[in-house]
Amino acid sequence: MTTTTADAAVDEPSVRKNSPGAARGPRRTGRIRRIGLPYLLLLPALLLELLVHLVPMVIGMVMSFKELTQFYIRDWGTAPWSGLDNYTMSVDFDAPVGEALLHSFFVTCVFTVLSVGICWLLGTAAAIYMQDVFRGRGLLRAVFLVPYALPVYAAVITWAFMFQHDNGLVNHVLHDQLGLTDKPSFWLIGDNSFVALLTVSVWKGWPFAFLIVMAGLQNIPRELYEAASLDGAGLWQQLRRITLPSLRPVNQVLVLVLFLWTFNDFNTPYVLFGKAAPEAADLISIHIYQSSFVTWNFGAGSAMSVLLLLFLLVVTGVYLALTSRGRKAADV
Amino acid sequence: MRIRAAAVGAVTMSLALAASACGGGSSSGEGSNDSPKTLTYWASNQGASIEVDKKVLRPELDKFEKETGIKVKLEVVPWSDLLNRILTATTSGQGPDVLNIGNTWSASLQASGALLPWDAKNFGRIGGKDRFVDSALGSTGVQGQDPAAVPLYSMAYALYYNKKMFADAGISKPPATWDELVADGKKISKKGKWGLGAEGSNLSNNIHQIFVLGQQHDADFFTAEGKPDFTSDGAVAAIKQYVDLMAKDKIVAPGNAEYAQNQSLSDFAKGKTAMVLWQTASATFKSLGMEDDEWGVAPAPVQSGTPGTGTNVNSMVAGINMAVFKNSKNIDGATKFVEFMTSDAEQKILNKAYGSIPPVKAAQSDPAFNTQATAALRETLATSAEALPQVAEESQFETAVGTAVKELFADAAAGRPVTTASVKAKLEKAQQQMPTK
Repeated sequence: MTTTTADAAVDEPSVRKNSPGAARGPRRTGRIRRIGLPYLLLLPALLLELLVHLVPMVIGMVMSFKELTQFYIRDWGTAPWSGLDNYTMSVDFDAPVGEALLHSFFVTCVFTVLSVGICWLLGTAAAIYMQDVFRGRGLLRAVFLVPYALPVYAAVITWAFMFQHDNGLVNHVLHDQLGLTDKPSFWLIGDNSFVALLTVSVWKGWPFAFLIVMAGLQNIPRELYEAASLDGAGLWQQLRRITLPSLRPVNQVLVLVLFLWTFNDFNTPYVLFGKAAPEAADLISIHIYQSSFVTWNFGAGSAMSVLLLLFLLVVTGVYLALTSRGRKAADV
Repeated sequence: MRIRAAAVGAVTMSLALAASACGGGSSSGEGSNDSPKTLTYWASNQGASIEVDKKVLRPELDKFEKETGIKVKLEVVPWSDLLNRILTATTSGQGPDVLNIGNTWSASLQASGALLPWDAKNFGRIGGKDRFVDSALGSTGVQGQDPAAVPLYSMAYALYYNKKMFADAGISKPPATWDELVADGKKISKKGKWGLGAEGSNLSNNIHQIFVLGQQHDADFFTAEGKPDFTSDGAVAAIKQYVDLMAKDKIVAPGNAEYAQNQSLSDFAKGKTAMVLWQTASATFKSLGMEDDEWGVAPAPVQSGTPGTGTNVNSMVAGINMAVFKNSKNIDGATKFVEFMTSDAEQKILNKAYGSIPPVKAAQSDPAFNTQATAALRETLATSAEALPQVAEESQFETAVGTAVKELFADAAAGRPVTTASVKAKLEKAQQQMPTK
């Protein structure tokens, strides 16, 4: 790729030099201008992209090779290079730092799979049920979208209140009213915190799945269902043979986006648990935050972030490769 | 023509972007006096709310402007954000001129080199080091180095108790030792009422409590060379004793394990718990609707005997220090502002407003610091308070060990046993998380 462009750049002046006809000159510059303009117009966007995304990312990567602790944060330049120390420390799973990171990684994986799965299931089910016209459909649709529209902080802090041990609504309903538990449970500390986190995450995430699937359903021609029911296909068969295959491209994007959002979610655990999340709900984003901001070791935090970035790149790449191959095969 | 206009537009915009990208560079240079007419001041949240702080500080800042012509821009930063904001300011070089810091952070922030060192010359500009109480000076940075900050408000832990609840349980005087506290607590802890309140999920508060208990068990959490030493027998015993107040003695409500936002104070004000160990709580009680004659205050308990030094320490040296950012554009003005805020007159006004004790000797003589609420605190600071370890890794210690205590409280609340072995295991893990260099 690079060689071709380089060759072209080298060839061009020589071509021009060798061509005696003056008439070809203006036409050529006109063509260059025409080809160059889109790139020129893209330049501001490209620079913004560099500025907002790539520059901080590259700085983060550089930081991960430095011993950037409190002694050096005032002037990063003076921080000594530490080579791969931050990385070896992060992936040394026998030592406490690496072990904690690995644990946090597993928690995050389980959490993400469950959260994305439940969000998708709820969103798809609700969207399919809401396809038929009935009284109050508009109202229900609006109500379903409320969690998605609420500011994250306000919503999660409300959940934090509801999950309180002594005065929380959740314990009031589960214990006082329904008598499902022997004694009031703790939701914000200890092992139950995973359930609390998952609940809030699903509550916050499923309306998005609902919205996207609902939009996807609008594009499936009615005739398909009519034809299918004439052929004697039941509801379940219609769902399996028409709805789900037609939603495939939508689902492909939806699941990827949900996965990335959930895996990287910082706000929910931070607002629910504060700076030190319980071990059972120690998501990777908050773990990295604690490894850098709270312990003032920004080099180690950056190294963990880079590892996370690599992991997400690999997962996204593999996912896209698999799903697009599947789609191509289906298209043939 | 149109194409050329578009191209020119695109290039111009790109250049503008590139220029603005370069404009945000950090300035880690030394301070100057380039803008002598203004100062930015980050105050910590000392009153019941940020609004209260603004009301207390604004008239004083106006007074300062009248005297010196320097306008002070005030921002009161909540505790949950303050350390992060300071770190960000340190990293970017874009910070305030003058700021308040929790005095336990002094050594950690000193290590970053962002704060103006208070050498003899700088101290001379605010009237000399001798004006300040020794215990407060002991929490301004690593020993043997020039302090990173100047004491502004001093506080100490004391035992606050609900007079009526004590009387109802037939207790005539507040407990002086931990055994008495547990015995009294057991008398009170029944029918939905509890003996003592705790903030199990508040890492800093956990550290303050177990530091004092550590002293009483003859354990420092750092060696003389400044290496972490979390797993000594004394440290394990201290933390077990604190968590056992919930796990074994059952005088702390299990729900307190998840408290981190001063819920234990509102429980106290509502009459749900009879005692709290707290620093300068009087103003908060008032804002929660509790009258001054409803509560009493006594020195925090010791293992035996009376509060003093060594293993009879019963409080940390709590307080707020005032620091100057080294790269301030108004170093002279900033120093003048520190001089103003630590002057005898201002010390009396500010510490009265916040219920704290002035770290300035001359200001302590004011009768306001000899009332029910303040006498015990002043006495504690003078005779039986010890500064937290003045080491650069102090803030990491707060996080690592504070989290260990939080997890132990979670165990206790869930009814899991808290044993010497389980405490030691948590502390070992905390110690391994500390930086090795």
